[in-house]
Amino acid sequence: MDSLSEYFQSYLTALESYDVVGAFWVNIQLAFWAALGSAVLGTVLALMRISPVPSFRWAGASYVNIFRNTPLTIIMTFCILVLVFQLQLNLSSDFDFNFFLWAVVGLTVYHAAFVCEAIRSGVNTVPLGQAEAARAIGLSFLPAARMIILPQAFRGAIAPLGNTLIALTKNTTVAAAASVPEAAGLMKTMIEFRPDVILAIFATFAAGFVLIVIPIGLLTTWLSTKLAVTR
Amino acid sequence: MNTRQNVLFDAPGPKARARILLTNIFGIVIFLAAAFFVLKALADKGQLAPELWSPFLTSDVWQFTILPGLMNTFKAAAVAIVTSVLFGLLFGVGRLAANSTLRWICGVIVEFLRAVPVLLMMIFFYLLFGQLQIGTPADIPFYAVVVALTLYNGSVIAELVRSGVFGLPKGQREAGMAIGMTRGQSLRNIELPQALVAMLPALVSQFVVILKDSALGYIITYAELLRSLQIYGSAGPILQALTVAAVLFIIINFALSWLANWLSRFLSSRTSGKTEPLTTQPMAVKV
Repeated sequence: MDSLSEYFQSYLTALESYDVVGAFWVNIQLAFWAALGSAVLGTVLALMRISPVPSFRWAGASYVNIFRNTPLTIIMTFCILVLVFQLQLNLSSDFDFNFFLWAVVGLTVYHAAFVCEAIRSGVNTVPLGQAEAARAIGLSFLPAARMIILPQAFRGAIAPLGNTLIALTKNTTVAAAASVPEAAGLMKTMIEFRPDVILAIFATFAAGFVLIVIPIGLLTTWLSTKLAVTR
Repeated sequence: MNTRQNVLFDAPGPKARARILLTNIFGIVIFLAAAFFVLKALADKGQLAPELWSPFLTSDVWQFTILPGLMNTFKAAAVAIVTSVLFGLLFGVGRLAANSTLRWICGVIVEFLRAVPVLLMMIFFYLLFGQLQIGTPADIPFYAVVVALTLYNGSVIAELVRSGVFGLPKGQREAGMAIGMTRGQSLRNIELPQALVAMLPALVSQFVVILKDSALGYIITYAELLRSLQIYGSAGPILQALTVAAVLFIIINFALSWLANWLSRFLSSRTSGKTEPLTTQPMAVKV
């Protein structure tokens, strides 16, 4: 019993000397801005991929195939080692904020490919008969898209979009490769300085991610079942 | 033009065809201009100099940098694929067990492992194995990569197994029951064989994730493809080295994705389940 409370005491002192909440806050900020960026970029890509214009479709498909098949770690190291250190492309004059912004860019370009595929899979859940019915009652392209196709497509896209958001949140840890002071990097530092409480430290960080990820998952699952189109 | 296009767009008439042609030309001009400006910017910085690219065509670089890196990437990915399939089968069947306690325990473990970032587990096991002195120091990064990839991807595969069985028509189990099989017998002899065939394309898609995530080993100093090319490129041609790494990953993953699509078509007549590769992120939380 004594050794247990001793362990707990040394875990508490380890926790006090590091800003764990601050590190998670960086992850949340990374996730927020990258989610915003990839939602915009992904929607543009999805529009390109479902448009009837061959060059747009080709460009959208190339983007998705290239970035979906490249490891995020390569994109991140490319941003830092090539774009920042070699080509001196700085997004901000502040040294640390520059890395943060590049991490957001790296996360955005990678996850935009998945957002594009999520939206496209939403469009693919709409049966052809819906479009035919819309045309049969005399709706032209825009009214049919606005009233019949897109409302159903958005509902079908909720679940895959939620999963992309969860993957994005977890992938913010890869920003450690861009030396952004986030949770995974802090966990490494903490364990290196306090190897005596390694299990408790890992449990803390893992629990932090579970606490962030599970609510997102529950919310999107609830939304996607609530808004599901019965067919 | 494939059939899916028709959901939003009707077959174009002469006016629409002219508009599409114009937009198409506009698009080609825009994309060519964008490509031109990127290449010009790179050329201005001297990044297109042939002497920076030509080393990657020599046998020396392939023999001492690229191939050893690729071998390590494949080694970690191959071992992780085998172990995570085993892990996935074990926990997937556990989540389908008749015993509710076993089902619950397997469910909690799988959901927990899917919510924790792979990199977090990788760093943890890297430092833990170092502390416990498991394996020689040179092997520790490899073990950490494999264990972390196994725990995460194994739990995703467990979910594939479960949803594969749930995706079968209800009549399959009912038919098993009707001829006097127990629930377990019907699961083993009727449902699982079909579910495993049905999930093969999604499984191959998951191999792409394993291969991509093996590059996370770069962060814990595992000498895989990205790490070896980054070390080679740190002497100067870093843009070129990382581009080569990315291109190799894209080629391999593209081939795997193609295999998943081919399997999906090939197997669709051999099971009553749905054979679809994963094109989006796998479901992270199921209630």
